[in-house]
Amino acid sequence: MNKTYSLEGDSFLDRVRRIKASVFFTYAGLILWGIISIFPVYWMLTFSLKNNAEIFGENVIGLPKYWLWSNYTRAMNTGHMYIYFLNSIIVAVATIMITLIASFMATYALTRLVWKGRKAMNKFFMLGLTIPIHASIVPIYVTLSKLHMLSTYWAVIIPYAAFSLSMGILICTGFMGDIPYDLDEAAFLDGCGIWGIFIRVIVPLMTPAIATVGIYTFLQCWNELMLANVFISDDAVKTLPVGVQALSGQYTTDWGPIGAALALATIPTLIVYVFLSKRIQDSFIAGAVKG
Amino acid sequence: MKRTFGYKLSILAFLLPALILFLGILIAPIIMSGVYSLFNWKVGYPLKDYIGYKNYVELFTSKSIRFTPALGNSLMLALFSVFIQLPLALILALKLGKKIPGERAFLSVFFMPVLISTVVIGQLWLKIYNPEYGLLNVFLRAVGLEKWTRIWLGQKDTALGACFVPILWQYVGYHMLLMYAGVKGVPVELNEAAMLDGCTESQVNRYIIIPYIKPILKVSVIFAVTGSLKSFDMIYVLTNGGPLHATEVPSTLMISMLFLRNRYGMGSTIAVMLIVLCFAFALLISLAFKEEK
Repeated sequence: MNKTYSLEGDSFLDRVRRIKASVFFTYAGLILWGIISIFPVYWMLTFSLKNNAEIFGENVIGLPKYWLWSNYTRAMNTGHMYIYFLNSIIVAVATIMITLIASFMATYALTRLVWKGRKAMNKFFMLGLTIPIHASIVPIYVTLSKLHMLSTYWAVIIPYAAFSLSMGILICTGFMGDIPYDLDEAAFLDGCGIWGIFIRVIVPLMTPAIATVGIYTFLQCWNELMLANVFISDDAVKTLPVGVQALSGQYTTDWGPIGAALALATIPTLIVYVFLSKRIQDSFIAGAVKG
Repeated sequence: MKRTFGYKLSILAFLLPALILFLGILIAPIIMSGVYSLFNWKVGYPLKDYIGYKNYVELFTSKSIRFTPALGNSLMLALFSVFIQLPLALILALKLGKKIPGERAFLSVFFMPVLISTVVIGQLWLKIYNPEYGLLNVFLRAVGLEKWTRIWLGQKDTALGACFVPILWQYVGYHMLLMYAGVKGVPVELNEAAMLDGCTESQVNRYIIIPYIKPILKVSVIFAVTGSLKSFDMIYVLTNGGPLHATEVPSTLMISMLFLRNRYGMGSTIAVMLIVLCFAFALLISLAFKEEK
């Protein structure tokens, strides 16, 4: 057989068979990785509804036999999950608001207003994409403790907003670039000033950016551990990651309520993801490609 | 619009919230960390004892701080990340980039672990590794490999590897997403021309797509390496540096320096080293990718 021209000795059926085999292996591989990706979450959701007997032997990976919703109420009430949950929501909402206001305003000044040095200023803000959160831990901790602001919401809200800012400006720059400049001019001729244009023309047209920046910021602060762990020691102010950490220290032998707590911390993210997967993925891509 | 004084003031007003946040929380603390790192400063004492670069010397020479082994651990993670995690992500991205049915569903499932809190994932893996009831040992016993069971996170020889697995697992989807976006950006004509010339799929991948998405591969490598240097959450949840410091990384050292040993000066030194190393590696990787062109 001539190996360089194998097509001749290759019947049509052989080729079909080969393509079929390659499609089969492709799908087998993709499905295998899909299972590996999703399995821990599946396992979490199922064992969050089981009792110890099932978790520890009778039924390790199957669906629960008796759906034990009481695990969730125990996590919520005795495990204080509802406090942590509420705290995380407060922190997330405040962080998103601050990030949105600051990055809308800054992007407006950086892209719509004409002034010397705006390119340099933009580059300066983009530095934030590469600065690790580690850089600020010691100085902020020292400052916060001097101001007696440790274990307050602001102790994490302000750093989270600051670290989401660069990404916020980056995303807003893309969206604001899509708004035609004619609108600014028309509004200017109608007698709007800089502030008028910003509030009446730009902000109403930036609603898609609100969603993208909001989701990105939400994911950052909902999951953040290092700063929250260091800056917050009071149970009443703990956010979910710190709270879940504390909770699993208390319930070492009772896995059901821990599973419920983990699921409670994860479900909001999953819900947002189900509805907005494309937008979330796009915001991650945007951040990486420019950064 | 006239560039009056009022106009300039408005610009400043628009920038002010962002500037305050940025300078106050990112820029000033970096400078302050740099200054702190030059002092022998412990909690409760004034910032007076200036010692120059001695903290940096101690960091690399002292046996009790264990910075070099910790740095070694994170560099090892970086190696695994670049040579196992990224190739896996690339394979998935190349397969998904071929317009196959179910593409979006696969993409969304693969990316999901990225969005889940590392604390949650860490807690789940703690349970997977649990020596008595954990899935891993239960599975090994069930298939008759009793002698392979370990106290995965409690033994010095397996703890580091056991920490790496979930870290690598969690972010495959992230790198896959970036590469997938790159593969989708390859012009269709380029692909078709190569196919018409009789290229096989693997040849198209090798000679067309991979060279085309090099800028994205660069970003992925930089993120993989700097992410490994900065890694904290997963290790903190799984082992917090133990057993016997076997899984210590620079970030866990930094936290224990600050809050267990109360050495703010040395903690800042580690922070500064981390920032410098991250920027240095990012620069090196960029240069390496440029050379190849």
